[in-house]
Amino acid sequence: MKSTKSRKLRRQRSSRFWSGFYAVLIYTVFYIPVAVMIAFSFNDAPRNYYWQGFTTRWYAKLFSFANTDLWDALIYSLIIALLATAISVIIGVLGGIGLKKFEFRGKKFINMMIYVPIIVPEIVLAVAMLIIFITIGVKLGMGTILIGHCTFCIPYAVVTIKGRISGDNETLQEASMDLGANRRQTFWRVTVPSIMPGITSAAFLSFTLSIDDVVMSNMLSGATQSTLPVLILSMNRTGLTPDTNALTTVMIALLVIGLLTVNAFQRRRRKKDARLAAEAEMAISSAHGG
Amino acid sequence: MTETAPPAARKKKRGSSLPRLAQAGPVSVWMVLFVTIPMLFIIYISFMTRNTFGGIEYKFSLTSYKTLLDAIYFVVIAKSLKVALVTTLLCLLLGYPFAYYIARKPPQVASKLIMLIMIPFWTNSLMRLNAWMLLFQTNGPVNNALLSLGWISQPHKFIYTDWLVMVGLITNMLPFAVLPMYSSIEKLQNSLLEASADLGARPSVTFRKVTLPLTFPGIFSAIILTFIPALGIYTVTDMLGGGKVLYIGNIIKNQFGVIRNWPLGAALSVLLLLITALLIFIYTRFARIEDMEVV
Repeated sequence: MKSTKSRKLRRQRSSRFWSGFYAVLIYTVFYIPVAVMIAFSFNDAPRNYYWQGFTTRWYAKLFSFANTDLWDALIYSLIIALLATAISVIIGVLGGIGLKKFEFRGKKFINMMIYVPIIVPEIVLAVAMLIIFITIGVKLGMGTILIGHCTFCIPYAVVTIKGRISGDNETLQEASMDLGANRRQTFWRVTVPSIMPGITSAAFLSFTLSIDDVVMSNMLSGATQSTLPVLILSMNRTGLTPDTNALTTVMIALLVIGLLTVNAFQRRRRKKDARLAAEAEMAISSAHGG
Repeated sequence: MTETAPPAARKKKRGSSLPRLAQAGPVSVWMVLFVTIPMLFIIYISFMTRNTFGGIEYKFSLTSYKTLLDAIYFVVIAKSLKVALVTTLLCLLLGYPFAYYIARKPPQVASKLIMLIMIPFWTNSLMRLNAWMLLFQTNGPVNNALLSLGWISQPHKFIYTDWLVMVGLITNMLPFAVLPMYSSIEKLQNSLLEASADLGARPSVTFRKVTLPLTFPGIFSAIILTFIPALGIYTVTDMLGGGKVLYIGNIIKNQFGVIRNWPLGAALSVLLLLITALLIFIYTRFARIEDMEVV
């Protein structure tokens, strides 16, 4: 009896070990390319081919702003990503609320259309837009790239917001209206704060999708300025330069630092909220008791 | 995401149409202008004729669809389908146990583990692909390691092969397979698994008869979110195939670049649209598209 139990325990322990080991293996595969990418930003060779030795000169070169191609592309990408995020969040938040709340003719069709850019291969949508733009004579450039990016960011924003709206929101909105707030006050003071986490993640998602996009930017840029990913794609033919690795390393470092800061703030705020809630509860219960 | 509003509450909203227009209007207009119309137009163009200068002659023809059956294109289409299929299968096989591992952790740990998946994917995808190239090149670390271990006698040529393209595809697509499967496994109730075990089912039977059917929507979302992008992507083949490995995505892109054959590119796009529509149709047989975990 005892031996079977211990055997079962041992088997459980070993299966837990192997599943943990497997997870570490998968994480390793995810992080290997990032590690290699960062390592090559310290490689003492003019092109990304072989490891030649350690140097920090690529960071020095990067921040001497001598490589204007790289910086121009980055700034262009950032401007497009910020504009695409702003437009997508505004249209996506309004659309998410509207598509959840109202019934209108064609709603089913619009709901279906929203999933098209998410599911259909990006090249198909990019090519379809390119044909239209050329046929009606729209000049390719920043405007067309921006439209392209918004077209796949808006659906993600809408889906994220719709997921955040539940029955509670409707009750809250009705309560707000009953208490005499007008529609605008209700929107800004009740609806928006209650879906704020959704808005934040929609913005984050739109920004990351836009800044990493290659296909739309490549097809819709014409012969104008390249975004950073398009520049990287074209540089790949002659070998990437290590200052590109340096730039990418700086970007990922900033992102991770930003994420940790936001997390720390949220945790502190949650703690404070919990403390306030506990105090309030104590005050209420003591008031009742007294 | 269930519809919680009772019909009465919904009817009350039918008042002024101004907020309805302001909220649902912009997104509807955007989707019709930049999704519906371009999609219809590309279908229309696929039935037109290419003129000698690479422009479009608005004359009905089936030439581009007939061209798709030509040996060269047919081979590319078949190969793309095969590679996308293998990529999807491997993503499911590799991703399911991984998703299961994360989903069985306590929620706080699981959300941290999910975060840990996302972080590497904020690095530019092309730079990550370039890293695989550096690792697997002819005199690169992988070949050197295999040589010094004595497993191979001369450097193996990994780069510019379908094999390395598949490594790039799998490593880029795996999170999109893991996330939907994770959320469906996470919803799985422990009590069901315990009930199955109490009724005498062996773990393998419980997995086959309970876990797998209940997490099937997640699995099918994973199939859609890996198979379709894998079929259309051209950056992975551009970066890892060095222009020597051609898939549908590359062929489409080329028709709008140097080669300039819009109707052919449009016809290939329509082919991708049809495959997508077929998969979505199957999906909607047993789940709602709104429930697909895309983010």
